[in-house]
Amino acid sequence: MKKLLILGAGTAGTMMANKLVRHLDQHEWKITIVDKEEEHYYQPGLLFIPFNIYSRNDVIKPRRDFIPTGVDLIMSDIEMIEPDNNRVKLRNGQVLSYDYLIIATGSRINPEETEGLKGDGWYKNIFEFYTLEGACNLQKFLKFWEGGKLVLNITEMPIKCPVAPLEFLFLADWWFTEKGIRDNVNLTLVTPLPGAFTKPRAAQKLGDFLQKKNINLVSEFSTGSVDSKANKIRSWDESEVEYDLLVTIPTNMGDPVIERSGMGDELNFIPTHPKTLQSKNWDNIFVIGDATNLPSSKAGSVAHFQADVLQENILRAIDGLPLKEDFDGHANCFIESGFGKGLLIDFNYDVEPLPGKYPLPGIGPFSLLEESRINHWGKMMFRWVYWNVLIKGGELPIEAQLNMAGKIR
Amino acid sequence: MTEKKVGSMTVDVDAEGFMTDASQWTEDIAKALAKEEGIELTEDHFKVISFMRKDFAENGTAPSIRRLNKAGGISTKDLYSLFPDGPAKKAAKISGLPKPQGCV
Repeated sequence: MKKLLILGAGTAGTMMANKLVRHLDQHEWKITIVDKEEEHYYQPGLLFIPFNIYSRNDVIKPRRDFIPTGVDLIMSDIEMIEPDNNRVKLRNGQVLSYDYLIIATGSRINPEETEGLKGDGWYKNIFEFYTLEGACNLQKFLKFWEGGKLVLNITEMPIKCPVAPLEFLFLADWWFTEKGIRDNVNLTLVTPLPGAFTKPRAAQKLGDFLQKKNINLVSEFSTGSVDSKANKIRSWDESEVEYDLLVTIPTNMGDPVIERSGMGDELNFIPTHPKTLQSKNWDNIFVIGDATNLPSSKAGSVAHFQADVLQENILRAIDGLPLKEDFDGHANCFIESGFGKGLLIDFNYDVEPLPGKYPLPGIGPFSLLEESRINHWGKMMFRWVYWNVLIKGGELPIEAQLNMAGKIR
Repeated sequence: MTEKKVGSMTVDVDAEGFMTDASQWTEDIAKALAKEEGIELTEDHFKVISFMRKDFAENGTAPSIRRLNKAGGISTKDLYSLFPDGPAKKAAKISGLPKPQGCV
């Protein structure tokens, strides 16, 4: 029996298990997937928890429910990947050998990387919403908060879902307005980027939105430390921003096992071929989703587009065929903008988010880089699509590669 | 792409003034570029510059601040005091390297 091993049963790993089990002959191949946690999180939903739109149960389901028959699921932490020996040591003592390895170990927040961030204020008046625990704690805090300076701070790039901080602020503007205390709340985005977003046209559009919604922007601020006694964040070049409530996006890094195994860059992301998704250092290792070092967004839609390309390339590698250079960096994100509206952006390595229309048979068109109600409904519907189609490896009526139809340059 | 006069020499640069051909770089060019940024280069600056150029030659991209910390052993604090206001960008410019890749 030949062995295909998948590390990580999140969005990307679960999709790959579902796709490959249909294409690999079960008499020839044994597919195994490893994860340490029983629960699968719908990560796009965490954003909505602080504002009471979703609760814990809306974003959790058992991982096992999404692992298909014919794939072995092992629940364990991973001790070490030994790429030169084609094997992986698990914390539970098992040693798994493989012919092909897919690494889908994702990225996570590391508040410890910033001096003072996990000090006295942590989960008191400093919160994050990239973990379920953080999002739920913030929900409790906001319930009775009467206002003050809310600072949303992006510590350093890259981060998972680069639009989430903006969505948080747009939703906060709406939430405090609904509660009747918007006048008592000062909203500020503090970012290391030169503007509201990474790409110029979207940065301008989203920057206009911030202004329209009376949200302040402090740009090119590289966070050096947090002083939770004085309630200030301080940049490396000594400028300061005061807060009453700090919502932080801490440094994002790949899984510690990548560092232990000596396979990553300085943020534990794995050097990956940008178009084939093959590891740059080992021919029988492929990397997908947030675990790569690629200059594409760290987002579920990206993992979904990568999965189509990776399925084809794994099958080609097994048959000794040259790999297809088909991944173009495609990302597609709904941006919740508050008051029941949303925006949609669609972009890749070469084409930045552009205005226009996004055609989708049967449901669309969605407007691009413009607010609309249907974009909001697209985002809310997506949770159903995620649990019922996407991670089960089903087909969506969206091409893996960016399509220019409807876009206006 | 445009040409730019740096002191008595001419180098190729992009729209933002980053050199496009790292092989045209010399220490004198670095000194002249640094002067434009208001920086007088010292031995400590050159330690950073030589790590950056070596790392670029090996990896093909200008290193980030984190890489300068981890692989180069230079602290962020030192980087900010040597190259104020955005050390990764400024040091890359003076080292004759392309602009460090922005993230998405």
